[in-house]
Amino acid sequence: MATAASSSTTLRGVGAVASAKPRSAAAPVARSARVAAKGSAGSARGRLVARNAVAAKADEATAAAGSKSGGHEVLMFEALREALIEEMKLDPTVCVMGEDVGHYGGSYKVTKGLSDMFGDLRVLDTPIAENSFTGMGVGAAMKGLRPVVEGMNMGFLLLAYNQISNNCGMLHYTSGGQFKIPVVIRGPGGVGRQLGAEHSQRLESYFQSIPGLQMVACSTPYNAKGLFKAAIRSENPVVLFEHVLLYNLKEKIPDEEYICCLEEAEMVRPGEHVTILTYSRMRYHVMQAAKTLVNKGYDPEVIDIRSLKPFDLHTIGNSIKKTHRVLIVEECMRTGGIGASLRSAIIDNFWDYLDAPVMCLSSQDVPTPYAATLEDATVVQPAQIVAAVEQICQ
Amino acid sequence: MAAAAVLRRHLTRNSATTSHLSPLLARTRGVSDSTDPITVETSVPFKSHIVDPPSRQTTTSSHELLTFFRDMSLMRRSEIAADSLYKAKLIRGFCHLYDGQEAVAVGMEAAITRADAIITAYRDHCAYLARGGDLVAAFAELMGRRDGCSRGKGGSMHFYKRDANFFGGHGIVGAQVPLGCGIAFAQRYRKEGTVTFDLYGDGAANQGQLFEALNMAALWKLPVILVCENNHYGMGTAEWKASKSPAYFKRGDYVPGLKVDGMDVLAVKQACKFAKEHALANGPIILEMDTYRYHGHSMSDPGSTYRTRDEIAGIRQERDPIERVRKLILAHDFATAQELKDMEKELRKQVDAAIAKAKESPMPDPSELFTNVYVNDCGLESFGVDRKVVRTVLP
Repeated sequence: MATAASSSTTLRGVGAVASAKPRSAAAPVARSARVAAKGSAGSARGRLVARNAVAAKADEATAAAGSKSGGHEVLMFEALREALIEEMKLDPTVCVMGEDVGHYGGSYKVTKGLSDMFGDLRVLDTPIAENSFTGMGVGAAMKGLRPVVEGMNMGFLLLAYNQISNNCGMLHYTSGGQFKIPVVIRGPGGVGRQLGAEHSQRLESYFQSIPGLQMVACSTPYNAKGLFKAAIRSENPVVLFEHVLLYNLKEKIPDEEYICCLEEAEMVRPGEHVTILTYSRMRYHVMQAAKTLVNKGYDPEVIDIRSLKPFDLHTIGNSIKKTHRVLIVEECMRTGGIGASLRSAIIDNFWDYLDAPVMCLSSQDVPTPYAATLEDATVVQPAQIVAAVEQICQ
Repeated sequence: MAAAAVLRRHLTRNSATTSHLSPLLARTRGVSDSTDPITVETSVPFKSHIVDPPSRQTTTSSHELLTFFRDMSLMRRSEIAADSLYKAKLIRGFCHLYDGQEAVAVGMEAAITRADAIITAYRDHCAYLARGGDLVAAFAELMGRRDGCSRGKGGSMHFYKRDANFFGGHGIVGAQVPLGCGIAFAQRYRKEGTVTFDLYGDGAANQGQLFEALNMAALWKLPVILVCENNHYGMGTAEWKASKSPAYFKRGDYVPGLKVDGMDVLAVKQACKFAKEHALANGPIILEMDTYRYHGHSMSDPGSTYRTRDEIAGIRQERDPIERVRKLILAHDFATAQELKDMEKELRKQVDAAIAKAKESPMPDPSELFTNVYVNDCGLESFGVDRKVVRTVLP
């Protein structure tokens, strides 16, 4: 069976595509920090849940390692903000619209100060009308602007589903290529801290079937800034999934301008025994589990897939060819989640390389409960990841 | 030779068709193509909501009236031809015909420029033609052929013409209304001094997103004109059964509105001119076009289960937009009845020729299945149902 990854013309990360925009010119960096094996016993012992699984700092070999001038430390929301300011300065057609993005400064401060810098029209406070302001963003894009539509919480964008699916995703196709829709739809999603069922949604599973849409999920300040810039520059509609719990993540990022390739996955930790595919907040649960696993003598390869649609089957495939074992760790629910699609794509393309069934750890198929203990049980915890790897590597 | 220029506007680029019509031009030298202004009163006065209505006196000319006659007749002929093609199973799926409503498309076009934008729903064939769309491309699209205006991939409900600022062509009722406000937002953002005509029907008038969009348009004074093409039936539901208040021009509440006889092309033109000026100065305004469709909602709907044949025949008798213009032309002696009949015959031939040409266009290449999904088609590997046969490998 043809394994697509073997042919470099089909599945390589699209950074290599000859596209007019030099968006990948600043090389996306594969972060290859090795988690120190020693001295981390304390964190591995007996913790069933990781309430603070989000590390205060990102991995050791920081993204700024390649920076010529030392870099600067930012929080995740500041990184997103920097990206937006840079792009809005570069291109006058870039504008933002959403609830409380202007004078309030954004509910997660991503747009703080921007309306003073760019004015009320470019940083547009909308009424609470997701369906129509998303539609407006699409219409404005058809007419030549490059709007960034912010959903205060991704879950609210369910109200705009028709606009995102039929108009945003499909207009380029149904118009025979006449119109392009270079919008970025972004906002926080995921399970937070007891925000309740309706504010803890993972919309990537709902949107993934929409043809014509690209989806990326950021997980570090470095890739947040890089992906956001790339998304704004992309001619395709891109949905950028942020996570409610990651906005205060701190990391040193380069001073110079850089962009991350939208379609590429990020190598977080190279390894030999098993490929762990994850994204967004679960990356941190995985890295927490990785510490334990390393102590136990395992060598997991951790890949943050970042690109949820399309999958970077090149990077993923090369990893599977090496390790022959796959564990997917996602925050989507088991049914119809990103993991389900990824598992299917892996089986389709890399079956011959697998020595064990593809395992997928997902959230439970339940509305997210309010009670803290129940909420913790909804999502995948590091201990489960450890157990899964042990099972796969038997 | 203004008449010739006008005729040529409707023609395909095919020189064979053009030369075939030269004899016609010789015959129509008797038709007056004068641009001297004449004044015609609209059929009924405008009704208005929180705005002073424009005058009932409209200015037109022989040249313009003949243009209207030809344009509307071409549209009428095209829609009837589409009906036949549908029954012959050359057009499939949904096909929503506009015959009866031609005056709205034609009158609007006369009041604005191609720099202004128009967006409408799925009853879009005539809007496409009014915006300068190609007749062959229209029929080819309806038949799903390669030379269709959307490359055969859109179909009846997805006609667009970007270079004429025609934004389609939308299948989901009401979803185009926020898009239209977005286009107007971009026009305001770029200070273009142009407006957007955002069309929807009496059925869509009850969509929440319309009121959401209207609120934003009014808040930010967007240069958008919401045009309710009220043909009195939302598919099979009469307006009084769906809307608590069928006075659609008043439903904007704080947004001014005008009710217009949509079967009177001069009234439409007057109202659209007025609305454009208003929108540029003050923000949104609603135009309710009182119009009528002779066909059912679509080709799947006979159109007679929820309305009487008498009603349909009555409107045809009393209010048909083309007949109205014909009477005006004859009354002012701008052309004879025979000349007008000859024009219609010629247009019919033109439509038939366009259909014949469209039929020659082949089906799209299988690889077209995967083009235009993304702009640079990146990172996409797609398989057909049989993965050995249709497989796109993209760079």
